Amino acid sequence: MNVVDLRNVSFRYTGSEKEVLSNISLKIEEGESVLITGPSGCGKSTIARIIMGLIPHSYSGDLRGEAYVFGMNILENPVSRIATRCGIVFQNPANQLFTFSVEDDVAFGPENLALPPEDIRRRVDESIRLVGIEHLRYSSPNSLSGGEQQKAAIASILSMHPSIIVFDEPTSMLDPSSSISLIQSIFRLKENLEEKGSKITLIIIEHRISLLLDHVSRIVVISDGRIVLDGEPMTVLYESFKKRIPINIPPVLQIYFRIKDKCGLEKPPKNLKELFSYLREEVKHG
Amino acid sequence: MVEIIVENLFFKYPDAEKYALKNINFSIRGGESIAILGENGAGKTTLAKNLNGLLKPTKGSVKIDGVDTRSLSVAKIARKIGFVCHNPDHQFFAETVEEEIKFGLKNFGFQENEIEKSLSEVLKTFGLEEYRHRSPFQLSGGEKKRLAIASIIVWRPELLILDEPTIGMDYAQRLNIQNVLKNLVSEGKSIIVITHDVDFAANICNRAIVLSGGEVVGDGCLRKLLSDPEVVNRASLRKPFIIELEEETGFSGIDEDFDSISEYLIKVFHKCHS
Repeated sequence: MNVVDLRNVSFRYTGSEKEVLSNISLKIEEGESVLITGPSGCGKSTIARIIMGLIPHSYSGDLRGEAYVFGMNILENPVSRIATRCGIVFQNPANQLFTFSVEDDVAFGPENLALPPEDIRRRVDESIRLVGIEHLRYSSPNSLSGGEQQKAAIASILSMHPSIIVFDEPTSMLDPSSSISLIQSIFRLKENLEEKGSKITLIIIEHRISLLLDHVSRIVVISDGRIVLDGEPMTVLYESFKKRIPINIPPVLQIYFRIKDKCGLEKPPKNLKELFSYLREEVKHG
Repeated sequence: MVEIIVENLFFKYPDAEKYALKNINFSIRGGESIAILGENGAGKTTLAKNLNGLLKPTKGSVKIDGVDTRSLSVAKIARKIGFVCHNPDHQFFAETVEEEIKFGLKNFGFQENEIEKSLSEVLKTFGLEEYRHRSPFQLSGGEKKRLAIASIIVWRPELLILDEPTIGMDYAQRLNIQNVLKNLVSEGKSIIVITHDVDFAANICNRAIVLSGGEVVGDGCLRKLLSDPEVVNRASLRKPFIIELEEETGFSGIDEDFDSISEYLIKVFHKCHS
C-alpha cells in the first residue's frame, strides 16, 4: 500500500514567481524508511508540508496535481484528520512547543484525541522515555537548549502513535553522539512497533546523509524543485557524485568514489579504517 | 581588532538553581578562529551571550578592550561583536531581505553609497540576490541561515560569533561559508563558531574551547584537543574526518580537499602495486 502518493504535484508560494516544486511524482510504501535530501532551497520542506496537508490549508499558494496520504486527498481533508495518521517534527522545534512544561506538550496531542487519562499518561511516559528526556519532564520548553527542544518535539509526535513520521532535519541541533543515539532510537522504535505488528513509515529530510546511510532503504534527491534521483542509497550517492549535485556525500565516500575504479575497490567502506584496510588488501592480493 | 578577557566568569539564569557557567577563564585576540564545542546543554550559547553583553556575568567579569560588559550597551558592543543566533527567526524583523541586511548599516551610521555597495556585495556572496525583495520569513531553512549571517557580516564586526552556522546547508554552501570565514580571519578579524559540526570546525578553526557541564574542559589547538579520546567522549563529540585521515596516513596539517587526497592515494597505491 502506498501511504504517500504524490501525482504530478507542482507548487508556487504566494508572492513568489518561481515554482518551488515542479511536477513531482512520489510514491512511498507503508513501512519504508526514505531519506529526502538535496541542495538547500530545493523544495524538501515544501514536500513535507504537502504530505501533512499544511499546504494548501495553512500556506497560501498555487498547488497543482494530486496528493494522497493514506488514501486521503489532502485537498479534501483537514490537517487535524491527517495529523491523526501522520506526524511531523519541524526543522525548528521551538515552533511546535507552546505549553509551559515538556509533559504538557507531549500530552497535548493524545488529549486532543480524547483518550482516557491513563492512556495519555502511558503514552507520555513512553514517549519521554524513548527520547531520553525524563529529567526534563517538568521543565519549561523555553528554558531548554536547542537540542533538548528537538527531543521534546519528537516526544510530542511519538505520543500520537502516528503511522507516518516526517522528520525535517531531526538532529540539526544535537551534538554528534546525541544525534547518533537519537537516530538509533528512532529506528529501534520502528523495529519494536513492527514486532508488535504495526508498520510505521519514516520520511526523513536531512543534509547529513552520513547519519542515516546505514538506516534508510531509499534516498530521494530533489534539486531545483524536481526529483533528480530516487533509489538504492549507494547507487543514488554515486550518481549524485558523478552529476556533481551538491549534497553532503559522506567524506569517506567522497574519496571512495574518486579512487574505486583506479584502485579496484568494489565494496563501499563504512569508515576510513575500512577504506584503508581494503586498499592494503588490494595491494597485497591484487 | 578586539580583545576579550574573560575572568572567573560564573553565570546563573534568574530562576535556575545551578550555575550554567562555572569559573570560565580565557582571552581572545585579533585574527583568531575559535570553535566552542560541547554536548547539548553544556553552556555554549550562554557563554556566547556573555561575550557580547546580551547576558552579564553573575560573578566574575567579561572585558571588551578593557571595559567591563556591565558598563557597555548591547548596541555599542554589537558594532564590534556580531552575533548570529542559531534560530534565524529570532533575528529577523524586516519586511524584505534587503531591509534586513541594511538595518545594521543604517543604525551604525554608514553612508548611503557605502550601504548600497555593501548590500550588493553581501547579497552576491551569500547567493541571495534573487530573494532581495522577498520576506525573510518566506525563505527556506538554509536560505534563512545564510541571510542571518549576511545581515551581521555586512557591517564587518571585529569579532563574529556564529551559533550553529551550518544547519540546513548543503555541501556547496558549507564550502562557501568556510571560505567567507577564512577570508575574515586572514583580514585580522576573529571568529567564534559554536557548532556540533566538528568537520566544519576542523576546517576553519585553529583553536577550540571545549565545554562540558558549564566548565571549560579543554582550551587550545583544535586538532590536538579533538585527537584526545577523553575530551571527545566527555563532551559528546566525534573525531573530525580530517584528523582520522591524518592518523591513517601519518601526515599532519592536511586540508579537506578530496581531489588531492584521492590523487595522492591513487599514486601511492600504484607505486605499492608495481
